[in-house]
Amino acid sequence: MNPNDLRFTKTHEWVSPDGTVGISDHAQHEITDVVFVELPKSGRAVKGEEACCVVESVKAAFDIYAPVAGTVSAANDAVAKDPAVVNRSPYDQGWLFKIQMANPADRDKLMTHDQYQEFVKTGGH
Amino acid sequence: MKRTPLYPQHKTMGARLIEFGGWEMPVQFQGILAEHKAVREAAGVFDISHMGQVWVTGSEAEGFLQRLVTNDVSKLAQGKGLYALLCREDGTVVDDLYIYRFETDRFFLVVNASRAEEDLKWVRGRLKGDVQILEQPQAAALALQGPKASAILEPLFPSAIDLPRNGIVEISLLDMDFLVSRTGYTGEDGFEIFAPAGHILQLYPRLLEAGAGFGLAPCGLGARDTLRLEMGYRLYGQDLDEKHTGLEAGLGWVIKLDKGDFVGRDVLVRQKAEGPKRRLVAFRLKEKGVPRHGHALSFKGLPVGEVTSGTFSPSLQVGIGMGYVEARAFPKDVEKETGLAVQVHGREIPAEVVALPFYNPKKAVPHESK
Repeated sequence: MNPNDLRFTKTHEWVSPDGTVGISDHAQHEITDVVFVELPKSGRAVKGEEACCVVESVKAAFDIYAPVAGTVSAANDAVAKDPAVVNRSPYDQGWLFKIQMANPADRDKLMTHDQYQEFVKTGGH
Repeated sequence: MKRTPLYPQHKTMGARLIEFGGWEMPVQFQGILAEHKAVREAAGVFDISHMGQVWVTGSEAEGFLQRLVTNDVSKLAQGKGLYALLCREDGTVVDDLYIYRFETDRFFLVVNASRAEEDLKWVRGRLKGDVQILEQPQAAALALQGPKASAILEPLFPSAIDLPRNGIVEISLLDMDFLVSRTGYTGEDGFEIFAPAGHILQLYPRLLEAGAGFGLAPCGLGARDTLRLEMGYRLYGQDLDEKHTGLEAGLGWVIKLDKGDFVGRDVLVRQKAEGPKRRLVAFRLKEKGVPRHGHALSFKGLPVGEVTSGTFSPSLQVGIGMGYVEARAFPKDVEKETGLAVQVHGREIPAEVVALPFYNPKKAVPHESK
């Protein structure tokens, strides 16, 4: 996926127009080697900014927040089998889950890729 | 925060740094998984300059140490080292350390960074007779670990490769003196090299160069932790502390109750007779997940303790850990029984109790040979 088509949160998740969610390249770099991902179950209703997934490195566990409200419609089995794919391909094969967005306009309120890069550069972490 | 003499090199090499025991140390260079693999399959070099180095000398040094630590210093031969615990009167642990003997009356102690100050206070507070205690000035050290360690070290320190496990020798290189021991905290064959900062600064690039063709990787504390935990080696501040005794920590093999009196012995003798109330168990998760320090342990649904050390094991690709459990709630004879579980982020993950080490290194470390 082209990062320019994605919207980003201050907590470093991205969401695509179809509601696919993952973490940014900056986030995977900061987290370091991903060794385990606990994915949300399909059918789970989530609020915006609700912790619903855990990405773990050797050293620590990181909560992943739903960028928008909605219902989880799919989770990425590839990530469950090979967590390192999150490091290798954060914007493509390393996606985490999909959300059926309650209100797709919520996504527009998030940062564009340019805005997110500026956010990271100015010390957002 | 304190920094080791190698701090500028680490920065140049792109290390990520963290605080550990009051020191700013590399947690990783290329990545914990890659560094872990390098040590298990080739070799890794760690900066361990943060560890405390203390000389104990004098005609009464042996007797002095014998009364302070749990292991039998009287049986320690010259040129050898042993692992021991420094106990309080109540049997709990001030620190775990290595004691090496050079001459009859000259001992070299390597202690934890986070405990060095406390150890010195403790040891000096019990000083008696002809004993001198000297903290090594400008202390620095490297650990070279892995199946390729001796091949890498050979051109630099040819005489070190004949050392037996726990052996130590003083060797000169380019008119500089180094102490080289065959010890480590990874379970692999390897060496620890102690010398003043200036010497270690000159050795470090030479070692990296000598190891380049062998796959030697600079390693940080992240890999040091996963490597030691796969072996079940205790880490002070997590698995050892002033709340648990060495017996509870499962370190009876370094507690020589019949060697004569030592600090903490009375309590330990009683505890051994009665059976410890708590004990450290090692477990591996039966499902995916990563146990971590502080996670609750339960047995058949009832709380029995918490995880002191936990991680994802890179070698075994599974969650492993250790933790103290109430002996009464978790009797030894039901060890193999199912029922132990770890609370990981609100999820109860079943675990099985296992014998240590979790992982068996492929290349045996040479024992008493020469």
